[in-house]
Amino acid sequence: MPHDVPTAAQLIESVREWLEKDVLTSTTGRVQFHSRVAINVLAIVERELAVGEQQALDHAERLAILGMKDDAELAAAIRNGDLDDRFNEVVELVRASVLDKLAVANPSYALPTSND
Amino acid sequence: MGEEALESPLPCRKHCWVREHRGVTATVSPLEQLSEALRIELGVQAVTDLARLSGGASRETWGFKADDRPLILQRQRTGDTRDMGVEARVVQAAFNAGVPVPELIANGSGDIGLAFMILSHVEGETIARKILRDEQFADARTKLVAQSAHALAALHSIDASTISGLPSIDQVQQYRETLNNLNQALGQAHPTFELAFRWLERNRPTSTRTALVHGDFRLGNLMVGPDGLRAVLDWELAHIGDPIEDLGWLCVRAWRFGASQPVAGLGDYGTLISEYEKASGLNVDREVIRWWEVLGTLKWGIMCMVQTSSHVLGMSRSHELAAIGRRVCENEYDLFVALDGKW
Repeated sequence: MPHDVPTAAQLIESVREWLEKDVLTSTTGRVQFHSRVAINVLAIVERELAVGEQQALDHAERLAILGMKDDAELAAAIRNGDLDDRFNEVVELVRASVLDKLAVANPSYALPTSND
Repeated sequence: MGEEALESPLPCRKHCWVREHRGVTATVSPLEQLSEALRIELGVQAVTDLARLSGGASRETWGFKADDRPLILQRQRTGDTRDMGVEARVVQAAFNAGVPVPELIANGSGDIGLAFMILSHVEGETIARKILRDEQFADARTKLVAQSAHALAALHSIDASTISGLPSIDQVQQYRETLNNLNQALGQAHPTFELAFRWLERNRPTSTRTALVHGDFRLGNLMVGPDGLRAVLDWELAHIGDPIEDLGWLCVRAWRFGASQPVAGLGDYGTLISEYEKASGLNVDREVIRWWEVLGTLKWGIMCMVQTSSHVLGMSRSHELAAIGRRVCENEYDLFVALDGKW
């Protein structure tokens, strides 16, 4: 690692904590709303730094199961109907990728909701 | 889309200053010009309390009083390609059919705006989170799903052929093209959206019924009082299509605003279906609602991509727009929930 302490994650964390402690409490209205958004953005980056590398490996593994080199190739194959005979398998693999994205972007979103 | 922030009215300070300090009596501010144009249009003694309530670059909403009667002005400026004349005809037809809507007082084009509508003011709340949570709407919340179903049944009974200028487009194709353009511009592919498009193509309802469709029927566009639904607003996306589109859109998770119930965050599918069937006398297939809810969820996901692209591509730099890009996976998740066991 060519850099000194703090790590990238710790730097982001320090700014997020400052936004939470000082900015959020001393602003109102539009600026307060935008500082809340900024806190969320930094929290996303922190989560991505923590798990992104492993997620990238898992994602590549799922693509390999389907014989695809990247999302663009997978998307094209779905669009052209080339994977229609493996549709349920594709659905499960893509679902796993979406759950990974959600775990970084908004972990509290995947709550049980009624579908009836 | 979303709840617009209130903007303050914009009196022309420069002209007022000119008049006060140089005695140029001929100079009239744009606000005074608009006020006078409204007074002439309505043939009233006085227009007062004119203030802008909201609006973007192409469309504005103003509140004012005409001889003490509170009214709403919606006006179009250059850049809005939609025809407000069509919207006025739709509002009038909805009013005639007994749909709760503001009364159309006047519409046209000229001094008031490139195109304009003057509507009666309906008192109430449009902010979804307040309607879903505030104590004063507790009673309204128990009625809103049924009232919405009844309003939609009345709206869908209108003979759409009597309203000229209504668009009728294939939305699957429209959003397919939008996604293609976004994928190219942003350099990202979306396997989930491709799965949803594939499912929509393979499961398209064989619907023969077409009707006047509101196109954006959800909390945020409904004026609600403690007694329930008072008026259906924002008819600018009205078009001819399968009426079940309005029911499916009302169930899209984004329009539950964090509440758990599937229909507008307020009720269940069974209530929506039975109330709509009761009011319309027609049978509704749960699977057709699902098809439109899936398309609606997909549309909203693509709209989120449009919003984030305006930051990424540099049209409007904002960390808020940037963050919306990372909310697209929420829509993807919603698609998996809506299609659980149905793929």
